[in-house]
Amino acid sequence: MSGAAASSTGPLDGVRVVELASDHAAWAGKLLGDLGADVIVVEPPGGHPGRSYGPFVDDEPGPERSLTWWYYNTSKRGVVLDLDDPDGAARFRRLAATADIVLEGEPPGRLDAIGLDHRDVRAGRPELIWVAVTPFGRATSRADEPATDLTLLAGGGPVWNCGYDDHTLPPVRGGGNQAFHIASSFAAMSALTALLHREVSGTGQFIDVSMHAAANVTTESGSFDWLVARNTVVRQTGRHALASITQETQVQCADGRYVNTGFPPRHVKDFASLRDWVDECGFRDEFGDIVLLDLAVERGGISLGELREDPLISEIYGAGRSALVFLAEHMTPEEFFVGAQQRGLAVGAVWSPEEAFTNEHVVARGFPVEVDHDDLGRSFAYPGAPFIAPRSPWRISRRAPHVGEHQDEVFDED
Amino acid sequence: MALPASRSRALAHLRICDLTGQLAGAGATKFLAAFGAQVIRVEDPVRQGSWDILRGVPPFVDERRGVNLGGAFNNHNVEKLGITIDLRQERGKDLLRELVAVSDAVTENFAAGVFARMGFPYEELARVKPDIVYVSNSGFGAAGPYSSFRTWGPIVQAVSGLTFSSGLPGLPPAGWGFSYMDHMGANYMAIAVMSGLVHRNRTGEGQWIDMACTEPGIALCGPDLLDFSVNGRPLRRDGQPHSNHSHAPAMAPHNIYAAEGDDEWIAIACRDDDDWARLATVIAEPWAKDERYATLDGRLADQGTLDAHVESWTRTRNRHAAAEAIRASGVPASAVASPEDRIEHDPGTSEFGLWPRVHHTEIGEVRVDGLPVHFSDTDWSIEHGAPCLGEHTDDVLRDVLGLGDDDIVSLHEEKVV
Repeated sequence: MSGAAASSTGPLDGVRVVELASDHAAWAGKLLGDLGADVIVVEPPGGHPGRSYGPFVDDEPGPERSLTWWYYNTSKRGVVLDLDDPDGAARFRRLAATADIVLEGEPPGRLDAIGLDHRDVRAGRPELIWVAVTPFGRATSRADEPATDLTLLAGGGPVWNCGYDDHTLPPVRGGGNQAFHIASSFAAMSALTALLHREVSGTGQFIDVSMHAAANVTTESGSFDWLVARNTVVRQTGRHALASITQETQVQCADGRYVNTGFPPRHVKDFASLRDWVDECGFRDEFGDIVLLDLAVERGGISLGELREDPLISEIYGAGRSALVFLAEHMTPEEFFVGAQQRGLAVGAVWSPEEAFTNEHVVARGFPVEVDHDDLGRSFAYPGAPFIAPRSPWRISRRAPHVGEHQDEVFDED
Repeated sequence: MALPASRSRALAHLRICDLTGQLAGAGATKFLAAFGAQVIRVEDPVRQGSWDILRGVPPFVDERRGVNLGGAFNNHNVEKLGITIDLRQERGKDLLRELVAVSDAVTENFAAGVFARMGFPYEELARVKPDIVYVSNSGFGAAGPYSSFRTWGPIVQAVSGLTFSSGLPGLPPAGWGFSYMDHMGANYMAIAVMSGLVHRNRTGEGQWIDMACTEPGIALCGPDLLDFSVNGRPLRRDGQPHSNHSHAPAMAPHNIYAAEGDDEWIAIACRDDDDWARLATVIAEPWAKDERYATLDGRLADQGTLDAHVESWTRTRNRHAAAEAIRASGVPASAVASPEDRIEHDPGTSEFGLWPRVHHTEIGEVRVDGLPVHFSDTDWSIEHGAPCLGEHTDDVLRDVLGLGDDDIVSLHEEKVV
């Protein structure tokens, strides 16, 4: 890592990552690769099983057609090695010794058994940073338990918080294999921490990431309410799990989709905005509680302290909430979200991923980026930069690799 | 007296001038502080640090209330120093400039544009410290049609697709039940800070890195988005989402099932045919021997009936005992763990040292969220609680900015600090 960089290179330009393909750590490899690192993903003969996960381009399965594989392996080069074969193992050891960072999600003990663990490789290369992402960490008594995204999120806390007010319905796992994302984000943060430390110390180190621990510290009040006050939060539809039950915030709009109405207003300007909005829509006669909004404006808003003591204040507070619900029920999520936000009220449209991805704001910011699939003669829109860094830009440098696509190129360099 | 610091030396060479609040910002600098970075929280003495709304809100230890006693604030601000500066005053602005001049990074998560209006646009920060890495984190970022819109975790999750994609068919979105994007936003923000510092160290260049928290939120729905952009298939369609089922990879049975008792649940995931064969042996009931269920296609084709069968078995069993029996056969399973289960009775967290106990000047001893990683040489350390309002003002003015006693007294007299 020396020399001045051109302004178009990512911050990790010149950093080499050797990644053993896994479900657990693939996202970490993508994060580092999209930040400019040279990531070489090592797959077993025939390719990693992740290539068999749907959905597939044009719904036709095939190892080069998995959209899941595509998404998690952008900006990586691909090679194939059989680690159980002595020649493959030797090549991996040589390749890993060219890396700044090794990233892997192998079952605990597996690499040690074939002489390819961090101790074996780091002995000859102390500056190497080695990041292992495993379900329960390498050193706990649960290390060998089987786990998936579902069982990790269920046992690790997030699922406890998610679901519906009706507790005859099961708690819910949030979609998108987030246990992998949570752990991988900590893996990437750890790799960067170790890289910054190496700049002053000259040495790398071994980093043990537990997916279970990562889920456990990703529950907000689920954990700290217990740690501080031994409170147990309970799940509530579309809003925070808390020890007490709060009012609903999710409202169904005229077209059947939903919005989140946020906190009801307390300040005078918010009451005035809300009242004026009801008037502008011509709903004054239909919305009976409008007089309470008028009263709120006359009074100069309300305070939460008064709320507990004065029944009239409680009615005014309720009217603010009713006005948000009423408006939401009479318009689309987009009209409600943009209309409320333009009036200074923090609400949200509950968009599906594709609605979020195509909304005018992210499109104007250039968030969707086209990735060229030269092999298919097509290009497709992918989610783009997580943050805008003008002098070291995030960038997808290439589509996900085919099985063994860069074998010759990588081992010729070696 | 030396300033308190984390025992980790990993990032001990770095200083962060930190104006973050809540979890989305404070969580990022907590990670850096636990690895030894000197994180100096700058707060407002006039409004008692209230730009971080968590400072004085529950939970509280022993129901003791106050601006220094908020449990969430303590959780997110361990190992940081706390100073107060009145940035409305010119002398206060000068003081912040002095701090920026000796810092590596400046972090904030005010609404977009607020910090600039306080007198600190990036150009001003760069004038004071040309290679400063400045990271701002707001809901919609500094540019774009919604940049003035205000958000907090649940709003970010709603507009990024995450709320929608958590739910069961025919029901409203279940959402996340906590500010998931405050956690993930904080992680991304930490990545922004550290990758910016790596770039600075290599090139000498600082920069302003602007994050719109909704965008990394959208990026957490990747394969569903590619199904849309490649195949034109939206997630908003009949029968979807069903986020307790698994589509990528396809698995069945894969669900959260009722266990014995009131509101007790168990998650089971069969990754392949072998997992199913093992689970069928544990269940040992006639329906489980049905040949149709021997293959994934057969199990997927009849998933509703299969789920009902599995639940008829789990419903009469203790969630912990059943999960343990299933795991012992090699199949992934877990009780849906309560906070008490996973904090007090789980070797997976206790053996990892995940709940460190800190000493806080006014709260006393209290446990907090640790970090889910361990480093072989320079591991994180969390022992000091969050700073009380202005707890380290004088020490920082003297030891970091090199001010003399007379200057410090005069700053207090003029209520600059």
